[in-house]
Amino acid sequence: MTLVEPTVDLALGREHGLTDEEYADILRILGRTPSFSELGIFSVMWAEHCSYKSSKKYLKTLPTSGDRVLHGPGENSGVVSIGDGLAAVFKIESHNHPSFIEPVQGAATGVGGILRDVFTMGARPIASLNSLRFGPLDDPLHQHLLRGVVEGIGGYGNSVGVATVGGEVSFHDCYRGNILVNAFSVGVVEEERIFLARAGGVGNPVMYVGSKTGRDGIHGASLLASAEFDDESDAKRPTVQVGDPFTEKCLIEACLEVMRTDAVVGIQDMGAAGLTCSSFEMASNAGTGIELDLDRVPQRESGMTPYELLLSESQERMLLVAREGREDQVREIFARWDLDAVVVGRVNDDGRMRIRWQGQGVVDIPVDPVARSSPELDRPLREPADRLERHKLDVASLPPELEPEKALLELLGSPSLGSRSWVYEQYDQLVQANTLVGPGGDAALVRVKREDGSATLKALALSVDCNPRWCWLDPYTGAQAAVAESARNVACTGARPLALSNCLNFGNPEKPEIMWEFAEATRGMSDAARALGTPVVSGNVSFYNETSGRAVYPTPTIAMVGLLEDHRRYAVAHFQREGAPIVLLGNSREELGGSEWLAQRRGLEAGHPPSVDLEYEARLADLLVTAVAEGCVSTAHDVADGGLAVALSECCMSGEAQIGAKVELADSIRLEALLFGESTGRVLVSGDDLDPLLVLAEAHGIPARRIGETGGRRLVVGSGTGPAWIDVEVAELAKQWKRAIPAVLEEDG
Amino acid sequence: MLSVIQFPGSNDDRDTRFALKSVLSCAAELVWHKQGELPPGTSGVVIPGGFSYGDYLRCGAMARYSPVMAAVRRFADAGGPVLGICNGFQVLCESGLLPGALIRNHHLHFVCQRVHVRVEQALAPFTSRSHAGAVLQLPIKHGEGAYFASPELLGRLEAEGRVLLRYCEADGSVTPSSNPNGSLGNVAGLLSEAGNVMGLMPHPEHAVEADFGGRDGRAILGSLVDAVTGGQS
Repeated sequence: MTLVEPTVDLALGREHGLTDEEYADILRILGRTPSFSELGIFSVMWAEHCSYKSSKKYLKTLPTSGDRVLHGPGENSGVVSIGDGLAAVFKIESHNHPSFIEPVQGAATGVGGILRDVFTMGARPIASLNSLRFGPLDDPLHQHLLRGVVEGIGGYGNSVGVATVGGEVSFHDCYRGNILVNAFSVGVVEEERIFLARAGGVGNPVMYVGSKTGRDGIHGASLLASAEFDDESDAKRPTVQVGDPFTEKCLIEACLEVMRTDAVVGIQDMGAAGLTCSSFEMASNAGTGIELDLDRVPQRESGMTPYELLLSESQERMLLVAREGREDQVREIFARWDLDAVVVGRVNDDGRMRIRWQGQGVVDIPVDPVARSSPELDRPLREPADRLERHKLDVASLPPELEPEKALLELLGSPSLGSRSWVYEQYDQLVQANTLVGPGGDAALVRVKREDGSATLKALALSVDCNPRWCWLDPYTGAQAAVAESARNVACTGARPLALSNCLNFGNPEKPEIMWEFAEATRGMSDAARALGTPVVSGNVSFYNETSGRAVYPTPTIAMVGLLEDHRRYAVAHFQREGAPIVLLGNSREELGGSEWLAQRRGLEAGHPPSVDLEYEARLADLLVTAVAEGCVSTAHDVADGGLAVALSECCMSGEAQIGAKVELADSIRLEALLFGESTGRVLVSGDDLDPLLVLAEAHGIPARRIGETGGRRLVVGSGTGPAWIDVEVAELAKQWKRAIPAVLEEDG
Repeated sequence: MLSVIQFPGSNDDRDTRFALKSVLSCAAELVWHKQGELPPGTSGVVIPGGFSYGDYLRCGAMARYSPVMAAVRRFADAGGPVLGICNGFQVLCESGLLPGALIRNHHLHFVCQRVHVRVEQALAPFTSRSHAGAVLQLPIKHGEGAYFASPELLGRLEAEGRVLLRYCEADGSVTPSSNPNGSLGNVAGLLSEAGNVMGLMPHPEHAVEADFGGRDGRAILGSLVDAVTGGQS
């Protein structure tokens, strides 16, 4: 077959999303005009999504190392030691653009991709979380997107047999044109059995395993994920991949099985930019080159060109470098799972990628300049012109909240704060039999088992968090708060926060205001991660979350992983018995800026977000870990969106048995700030005897006050003198809260 | 020894083995679906939950053709106890080892919840550790768990006392609102005519440890363990 390909020139380079400078660089690197396939390779490898060219400069400033960090950013996932020869392997990644275009498959393949990033390192994925952000739920389009995304996540995660144990869902006008779908997964591996993406050992066979290659997802990473949306975006639907969780399940089992032999040198999943990205990265990491024969690639359809074979993002495929002579052993294991395992090339020693198709050379380029010397940009920054305007908030002039109880019921009944059970009941939260605490609490808690199936006493605490409104008001403080909240959530279970993964969702980086937001957010994240001793070990950047010029709020999602050494003692977010004391850790300040109350009840998004004291947060986390381990705290719940009144309601409602509480608050601040303000660093705790906690709290320098007692069927909140501000049946609160999402989707009753 | 059948796409296979072996201390091994025979010494079979063959075509429709299923049928015909959980229940219906079918939940969503089920009879080998009228709290997690049978068949199953578990309220009353998936007659678990094959949608293997979903699942799995080990009955 003769290969007829378009003539490559600058214009075609531009169509591939390359700048004129980048095109000139390609000519310089090759010393000639690239072939069509080569142009495709450069365009995907240098696209924002794969190259991080706009973000590199800032990502370098993040703390990435620590005593427990075995592998940080640069590998498929971060790897953190959890002791006794075991390690946690985790990452969060975006699948925003595909999910907006085609919600079911977009979200499903997001889950599939993140799972491969985990098991490619030799780890069995044990749990997934997600962070989902949609436009307002009264918009039928966003109801459709919510249904589709949840169906996609459930359909894939349930079938592949990894429990979905938590996450966040929020709705805001800024996501009307760009939803965010961030998927997180964590796995467990024996430290001795960690695998890396290395094409080592000259002469070793390069093997293709998993699904066959089709024409789906071509240029998903470059054209879809690395450009803004516009009215034509629907035409990009064919760039969305289609997932097959059954094949992924078989692929997980086959990969873990082959990794238990010593036949594997290195392995990498074919994710963004498919065969191209995986082969270049594996060769670059090992300082080698690869020769590939495209005719041997298992193909789903006939007549595929080398360009298509190289750029396809067909799912459920891995590239594996085996030890020479062990090919049959690899093939045998994959055959047992009815999967292809085919030798498609060899490792060479000259640092070049040589690709042949039908006897002709179609690619011959040096590996490192493509994989490593991708451009690093220093894009201009500019403060948003309305930055000071955003901060303007005259709290004193706000009309007072005359009906605090009604306000509480409305907040709990809103999609922003209502129960997420409609979402998470569509996910298998239990498979693998490790779920101590599932969705709905502050953090999920999953037991760690060894690969032989034996249980340990360890558990991992997992939380994903971000308050985009705060990040929009002040990206530096907002990003700090996201790290602090995720650490606090993890510590509320009794687990010690270890490390984090981040998913940085922003608008168009070519706009100086967006780059300023990004720079500020990474600075805040960096400071917070340092102060809390939780290095950034993996993550991803998603730019161009922008439609027709309107960007999403800066949304640096933080996924925190913590370690509970002995899961026989842990705390949950709900009250567990009547007659137990309630203590509030931390101080309520007169902070209403950026609060849910202000947005919902006064229609304002303004002010400064609540301040964050990082050293205090580190002490608070330490206090919680100690108090839970010593057995004096069995309930701990972070005070977050909606403030103290909402947090108290959640403690009363979210357990299997609803339990009331009587609480007295004596702070001399505005009532709205007292009930609904979102001051950071506060945790509601309860337990049989909290006296030891008060002693511990003093030693940690954490304010702790007894504010009430559990019991009865009502939540009563007052000052102790005069009529209570809130005096309502817990069942009534729960009714509003539980129907918040089904009512809008018309699925209640 | 209990044989836990492993199809491609089985998900709760390792969990079932963990519950039987590590928690209930009964010998249990995974048996690959391409085996034409059950391992020697098999005294009971569990077909676990998951998505065998991806549940493509129809839940359980492909798994029934796996070589191991012929051996399971011979084992059942000879009176050996066979328990199918969730996807395992679907496989048993598709294989004809249990009557009726499991169809899409009436609300069309996958559902993962803890529900109550009422034990209708205490019978070896599956509910001997319980008693008639006992209410168990067990998790369900399925998209296609609505039990369906013709009125004649359903009438016969009821008359023969073969409905072993029924979705109910916490107090044991059987109501429409306690039915999580639209199953006819609130059927959650069913017995074969000979009484040695049982299918159920709830997951007893995810309720054997106090902190991991409670211990009510032991009423089912413990009964099976007793039956195959000659333990308490």
